[in-house]
Amino acid sequence: MKWDDILLMRHELQLLAVILIVTCTEIYLTGKDKARVVPFAIALFTLHMVAGWIKPEEGMWFGGMFRTTPLIHMRKNILDLGVLIVLLQTAGWVKKQLVDENRVSEFYLLLWSSLLGMYYMISSGDLLMLFLGLELSTLPIAALAAYEVIRLRSAESGIKLILSAGLASAITLMGISFLYGSTGTYAIPELIKILSGTSLENLGFLFFFAGLAFKISLVPFHFWTPDVYEGAPTGVAAYLSVVSKGSAVFILMILLLGLTPGGMTEIWTWTLYVLAILTMTIGNLFALRQRNLKRFLAFSSVAQAGFILLGFFSTGPDGMASIIYFVLVYIFSNLAAFGVVHAISVETGKEDIGDYDGLYRANPLLSLVMLLAVFSLAGIPPLAGFFGKFFLFMSVASAGMYVLLFIAVVNTVVSLYYYLLVVRAMFLRKSEAPLAYFKSDAWMRASLVICVIGILALGVWSGVYEYIYQLCV
Amino acid sequence: MNILLLLLIIPALTLAGLFLSRGKQQPRVVAALGMGLQFLAAFYLLFSYLRERAQGNAADMLFTSSYDWYTPLNISLDLGVDGVSVALILLTSIVILAGVLISWQMEDLPKEFFISLITLGTGVFGFFICIDLFSMFLFYELAVVPMYLLIGIWGSGPKEYAAMKLTLMLMAGSAFLLVGMLGLYFFSSGPADEHTFNIMEIAASGIPVEMQRIFFPLTFIGFGVLGALFPFHTWSPDGHSSAPTAVSMLGGYGCFRVAIFLMPQAAAELSWIFIILTGFSVIYGAFGAIRQTDLKYINAYSSVSHCGLVLFAILMLNKTAFNGAILQMISHGLMTALFFALIGMMYERTHTRIVQEMGGLLKVLPFISACYVIAGLASLGLPGLSGFVAELSIFVGAFENPDTFHRFWTILSVSAIVVTAVYILRVVGTMLMGPLKEASHASLAPASWYEKTGALLLVIPIAGIGLAPLWLSDMIQFSLAPIMRQLGF
Repeated sequence: MKWDDILLMRHELQLLAVILIVTCTEIYLTGKDKARVVPFAIALFTLHMVAGWIKPEEGMWFGGMFRTTPLIHMRKNILDLGVLIVLLQTAGWVKKQLVDENRVSEFYLLLWSSLLGMYYMISSGDLLMLFLGLELSTLPIAALAAYEVIRLRSAESGIKLILSAGLASAITLMGISFLYGSTGTYAIPELIKILSGTSLENLGFLFFFAGLAFKISLVPFHFWTPDVYEGAPTGVAAYLSVVSKGSAVFILMILLLGLTPGGMTEIWTWTLYVLAILTMTIGNLFALRQRNLKRFLAFSSVAQAGFILLGFFSTGPDGMASIIYFVLVYIFSNLAAFGVVHAISVETGKEDIGDYDGLYRANPLLSLVMLLAVFSLAGIPPLAGFFGKFFLFMSVASAGMYVLLFIAVVNTVVSLYYYLLVVRAMFLRKSEAPLAYFKSDAWMRASLVICVIGILALGVWSGVYEYIYQLCV
Repeated sequence: MNILLLLLIIPALTLAGLFLSRGKQQPRVVAALGMGLQFLAAFYLLFSYLRERAQGNAADMLFTSSYDWYTPLNISLDLGVDGVSVALILLTSIVILAGVLISWQMEDLPKEFFISLITLGTGVFGFFICIDLFSMFLFYELAVVPMYLLIGIWGSGPKEYAAMKLTLMLMAGSAFLLVGMLGLYFFSSGPADEHTFNIMEIAASGIPVEMQRIFFPLTFIGFGVLGALFPFHTWSPDGHSSAPTAVSMLGGYGCFRVAIFLMPQAAAELSWIFIILTGFSVIYGAFGAIRQTDLKYINAYSSVSHCGLVLFAILMLNKTAFNGAILQMISHGLMTALFFALIGMMYERTHTRIVQEMGGLLKVLPFISACYVIAGLASLGLPGLSGFVAELSIFVGAFENPDTFHRFWTILSVSAIVVTAVYILRVVGTMLMGPLKEASHASLAPASWYEKTGALLLVIPIAGIGLAPLWLSDMIQFSLAPIMRQLGF
């Protein structure tokens, strides 16, 4: 074992160090002083994130169970970014609610453990490793969803998540055992060579896929999404919808594009074709009638997952690049929306779309951020979301699937309707009793500024996409 | 620096200035200054363009430049103009400046109003100066979305409904458009055999005919929705108000520049379907206008009829009709903007838009009423005003097609002019002439300086084009050469 090999696992080891430091620090703080953990944790994580960008290496460790490439580094960095924004958004809530209950560092411990699981999942060169990562990334989130145990809904959300996640894991494991049974190996590079497309292998893949589809909340594995998002603390819901989903998308890329070099097999193409249409359409249709903004964002994120699937149809590097780029754009847009919902819900406890009537006149800046966020989610130029969706559409068109493209584009119009409902409430409506003006804390404002910069700059400035594209070639 | 880039930078700086402005006075001054500057820049563009042409520069597109954007996908920002786009840029700059002026006394959220209006304007300018499909699509959508806020916040009547309907219908149009556009991209081959969005390169390489047959209807419908193509016109009566008139030009221009120019064979084959639809628009719009009593709806239906005429002319696929179509776009843009501006001014004073509730307004509001008469006469195609030149060219061009099918629909469409005369003159008669119907109308405030300036800005070109159309139509005719080449004439 060489020193260089340890550097390959840099992200994981760093994060582990951060977790241990933060947990140990809390021991020395008592009472109100525990609030100091928050800035300390954020500072440490920022350091970790910055260090993650240093010179990406390529290599394997533990006999191929762990592998990393610049592209994998990039994916981890993208997740880091999402987590950092979530940390900033939850800072105020942690200080307000958790310090008194003496549960501060546990929050970070759980959140980061789940991130650690995602790292291993993305880096795994082996199905067992992947499964371990998957479990590690899911279980802490269930605890987080139930973090506000006093609220019944939060507890319910935790139970729902753990039950559905347990089922999904069981199915995944079944899929892995099928694959192992038919090929005799767990190692992904060897699997690629042996796989011949027998029915058992396809069945195994399907089960395996089901577990991931649950995490991405593709239809018909999406039923847990709205309930869990609604009940979970808003920051945790944001984490679920962005980081957790992003990591599962990255795995799906490795699985579908990595295991089937030169394009997916026909079975997979049609499975994804149908799933993409179902996910987009059902997500959109259910989002139309939601009144609670967290449920609304949950269904909107189901629909967005359907759009992400579009990137899988292209055989070239543009498909892969468009997926990663979209996930990045989605992090900024969706977290901006969640941030605003979070700020308002922490301040006033209101989450209904009717409460947002006349928000612009009371709180212009917050409404403006929300406007940018929903327009970016809807794909309105010149915001980043437009470019993200456009490139996904391009990869469908490059595969010649114009019918799917048309259905997808029509779906964006449907989604525009419910995104405009939010704009309508904030800008067009006037309210007898609008939400009073308030100023959110500095952490929240910082997170929203990061999101807005991302939404505005990521599309117009092509550098990020080109960088991702180069890594994908 | 490329002069076309200037036309994008000025609105962008204006928007930045608007974001920083405060109160009621600052935003309108910033908006007026910015759009005034844009107006001058558009004239500068016109003179530079005419100078280039006078010096014998016969290139299809002038002032072209290409800025790399997403290089892996061969997406770049390609700028370039010909006579058609220069004329439309000029029109847009006039309409937007007039829009700023007549909204001078905006009480409710003035800063946001001007931001929305100028964002819309940026989209329209960008659409006209870009010659690559990606940027055109981007600017097209940029022009559509602010209309949601413009109509929803500052509109009148059932505005939430109208705003939502308009936005969704136009975005559904752009859904067709996106599919058509990506189809064009993936069946194009640029100079180095790569896919390209640049319309000149696509035109040079050509698209396989069987693909044209798929993508031509998609593209034409996509832009046609914005041009109030029957049966996708239903957003128009509800949604029309003074601000978005600049946008309705995009539809005709898009059909002309993208659908017909890039897919000429399919256009020739399939034009009959759309001739029927646009014929319907022309007649339906005219008869729809007769039945209305609300001024806004009268002019909105009239606008459906006129936009239909633009698309109808484009589908005639000959030079005279194309020329007429572009002139009609300009004339209609000026007229409709003027109509809605005047309706807004009247509504502000009388608080009604129902024709029967007003009467004898010519005595109390001489300036506004006179402008209304001018706009009305231009709309029914009186010689000496812009509408006449445009409609004459269109029908002469349409009659150049000798077959019965074209003749039949041309004659039907011409008859719409008579109907136009009915509803225009009836409104003028009831509302402006005769005795004063409402006693309270006797003391209405006369038009203020900004209203007069705004209206005059629109009246002068209407009369100007009517009296001296030749320079404009020469400029347009010259730039029709590439499309005629494409069509094989």
